[in-house]
Amino acid sequence: MSNPTIVVVGNGMVGYKFCERLIAKSSRFNIIVFGEEPRHAYDRVHLSEYFNGKSADDLSLSSLSWYAENGITLHLGDPIQEINRTSQTIHSLLGLTIQYDYLVLATGSSAFVPDIPGVEKDGVFVYRTIEDLELIKTYAANAKNGAVMGGGLLGLEAAKALIDLGIEETHVIEFAPRLMPRQIDSAGSGMLQSKLKELGLNVHLNKSTSYIGGDHKIEAIHFNDESVLAIDMLVISAGIRPRDELAKLAGLHTGTRGGIIVNEKMQTSDDRIFAIGECALYEGMIYGLVAPGYEMADIVVAQLTEGSKLFYGYDMSTKLKLIGVDVASFGDAFVTEPDCRTIVFEDTHKGVYKRINITTDGKYLLGGILIGDADAYNILLQTVNNKIILPPNPEDLILGSRGGAENEGTGIMSLPDDALICSCEAVNKASICSAVSELGVSSIDGMKKCTKAGTGCGGCIPLVKDLIAGTMKANGQYIKNVICEHFEYSRQELYDLIKINKLKNYDLVLDHFGKGDGCEVCKPVVASIMSSLWNDVIVKQDTIQDSNDRFLANIQKGGTYSVVPRIPGGEITPDKLIVLGQVAKKYGLYTKITGGQRIDMFGAHVNDLPLIWEELIDAGFESGHAYGKALRTVKSCVGSTWCRFGLHDSVSFAIEIEDRYKGIRAPHKLKGGVSGCIRECAEAQSKDFGIIATEKGWNLYVCGNGGSKPQHAQLLANDIDKETLVKYLDRFLMFYIKTADPLTRTATWLNKMDGGMAYLKNVVINDSLGLVSQLEDEMQSLINTYHCEWKEVVDNPDLRKRFAHFVNAPEEKDPSVQFVPMREQVKAKW
Amino acid sequence: METTIAIEWILACYADDVPENGGACVKHGNEQIAVYNFSRRGEWYATQNLCPHKQQMVLSRGMIGSSGEACEPKVACPFHKKTFSLLTGECLGEDDFKITTYPVKVIDGKVYIGIAA
Repeated sequence: MSNPTIVVVGNGMVGYKFCERLIAKSSRFNIIVFGEEPRHAYDRVHLSEYFNGKSADDLSLSSLSWYAENGITLHLGDPIQEINRTSQTIHSLLGLTIQYDYLVLATGSSAFVPDIPGVEKDGVFVYRTIEDLELIKTYAANAKNGAVMGGGLLGLEAAKALIDLGIEETHVIEFAPRLMPRQIDSAGSGMLQSKLKELGLNVHLNKSTSYIGGDHKIEAIHFNDESVLAIDMLVISAGIRPRDELAKLAGLHTGTRGGIIVNEKMQTSDDRIFAIGECALYEGMIYGLVAPGYEMADIVVAQLTEGSKLFYGYDMSTKLKLIGVDVASFGDAFVTEPDCRTIVFEDTHKGVYKRINITTDGKYLLGGILIGDADAYNILLQTVNNKIILPPNPEDLILGSRGGAENEGTGIMSLPDDALICSCEAVNKASICSAVSELGVSSIDGMKKCTKAGTGCGGCIPLVKDLIAGTMKANGQYIKNVICEHFEYSRQELYDLIKINKLKNYDLVLDHFGKGDGCEVCKPVVASIMSSLWNDVIVKQDTIQDSNDRFLANIQKGGTYSVVPRIPGGEITPDKLIVLGQVAKKYGLYTKITGGQRIDMFGAHVNDLPLIWEELIDAGFESGHAYGKALRTVKSCVGSTWCRFGLHDSVSFAIEIEDRYKGIRAPHKLKGGVSGCIRECAEAQSKDFGIIATEKGWNLYVCGNGGSKPQHAQLLANDIDKETLVKYLDRFLMFYIKTADPLTRTATWLNKMDGGMAYLKNVVINDSLGLVSQLEDEMQSLINTYHCEWKEVVDNPDLRKRFAHFVNAPEEKDPSVQFVPMREQVKAKW
Repeated sequence: METTIAIEWILACYADDVPENGGACVKHGNEQIAVYNFSRRGEWYATQNLCPHKQQMVLSRGMIGSSGEACEPKVACPFHKKTFSLLTGECLGEDDFKITTYPVKVIDGKVYIGIAA
């Protein structure tokens, strides 16, 4: 008997997942997939990242060759027109007729567009596919004001997309009296709204639209309350409509408000036809999230491979980051008193709102809402799903334990064995713990290989990590913070060992204190430690450096490098500016001003780097260490020399500080800032160290951070003079360099430090460890041994020789590097 | 049945030109081959220069090292730190990528790479 043929209609996320799961279970099926879109399946959940520079390829769930390699026939851009259930055949737009043994409908949904006069005008879009995004992107280039209709989850995503596209004024219009009406309550919505307002998003609630005004193209939205909002473009995100037209045409049962009716086996009214994902209607409900769609795909796979799994609905709890604000809703978020007891915590200053609903007897958690801080989401969701008995003070769940005895009742280890930890791959707590206890798994990577936990959305990884650590601890295993398999030491221990034994070569360090042949983790760590201790020319041991440090430039897409000369404090003469322009022009480099007040030149071939630097050094430039875990820039405002508000000369101080610490290598990159007054134009409080002028002197802030988890720097000392400040800064930086874990920024280092800021102040100011004179001496010796790494290379023919792409054709450049024009410059062809 | 594949040994470069415990890229017609001087072990390896993860021509610039008790020699792509066995070419992480490996021999300070003829 030949292999049964399965036709999948739809190549979205769920359709793709079905194929992936089916081939993992069985190879006896002949799978044929039809997709309406011209692209193969991509990640629709992270669609807005398309505007942050992710390409359509980055969003793809697999490569095109994946289908062929797995024997799946894929027809793209060819929607199915008709199903003939009697002959068990389907007919496609391009004229294909195929007989199926089983048919899987994964047709998904389309954007719901309300019937408002004027929706057909130019400048009105929906937000659903990459094609929609491309249209929006093109139109947004000429738009100043934009609005999104719909304040739900997708609507807010779309609003973020408009902000990312540079729309100056972005509005969200919601018909309901609150944002995300399906997930959060009015108080939560209020908090979210005020957070979004800070981020530049204008929210209008209780607004119903009467018509869209403008000739041909949209100019304004007119509301029923007679108010008008002038805008250049509108994105409609007012909900979804299941794509059930094909099923309807074939006479399958559908819901009155749309959706293909399925049973717990995902079968439609024809038992050879299944429906999964957003087109499927199970017990009156459309599941508009990806996780339940994957679950449905699993059910059908089980049906086809003699499994017994059935669908019993799905937990619609969600946690997401909307425009940088955490929003989570879990369990029964809306139940109110007297059916439950509700505990609410609200901090309007920080923009945090937390609500939990517990049973009237105080024993169980029913559900809740978290805005602004959703760190507790995983454990709270587990507490609901596993009916864990609450501790005597359930408010600890959202406030954290505030002194007193540790509460063990809600810890991760108290979860029952069948608690679902990874919902994408259906891995429970028992599987994870036994992988640790019986198979000796001790890392996330190992766990991914062994159980697949954490390989889907990745949201459970923190929980999995805690479970691994918790199980190891419970088994009496000593958890040591080691560098990698080759070194059984923490960075700080290895730092001390290298120092005491005066080791200056990686192989020696490995022979003395390690095993094996090293790896890409320990090599750069040891390189960084040796650099912080001895400050030798790093390219003398080039093969233990990360690629950026090996070639003293930042590797970029396509394998070219970028070049950033140091411009201390952001101050530069017109002559030097001209040199940068001439060099960039000569070597065909793309230029851009960086966030640290420097100029970055992209697209340099590795062969050209020494030539470029030779010219830059001749003009008086030095390496900017943009490639190193080292001091980057000290940003400055213009200060008292020009600014009418400036109290002191911030530029001169920034230059002095940048020159002092340039070239010094640390566990991670270091950034500084100096502001001439409290207006803080240098944004110094977002840096690893920030200096702000006061009437009486300077304030020194430390351990701030921008990046993915911004954190304000904290005040270390106030109203001090320059000399004292430099002394404190020497001590602080050296203490960080000596004690931080690899790749840990100062903010994280402080967050992990026992005693926190009070402890750090004691070490740096009150000398509680008796270390300060040693720290100052060590810093001084690093400052004394400064050298421009690029000058060392340019002046040394042997080192220069290493900057070639082909070892056997050193003059030739990499032919695979190609550029395409973009806004009068170039970008890597990719 | 055993098949014998004829191998042609091409002169790639001089041993001195490849940094110790690191790699360099060899041009062979239109192909790019990464050759690694694992001097700590006195061994030489060669693989394709293209990292299959994001199609970047960079493996020769990656750090080499060893993995596990058996000290399997490996190279890490500098882009996203995918690691590949220098013996089998297999990706040592959870991914299914695989790279081509080539035999290498060094005679009189000259490095030869074996290419299927």
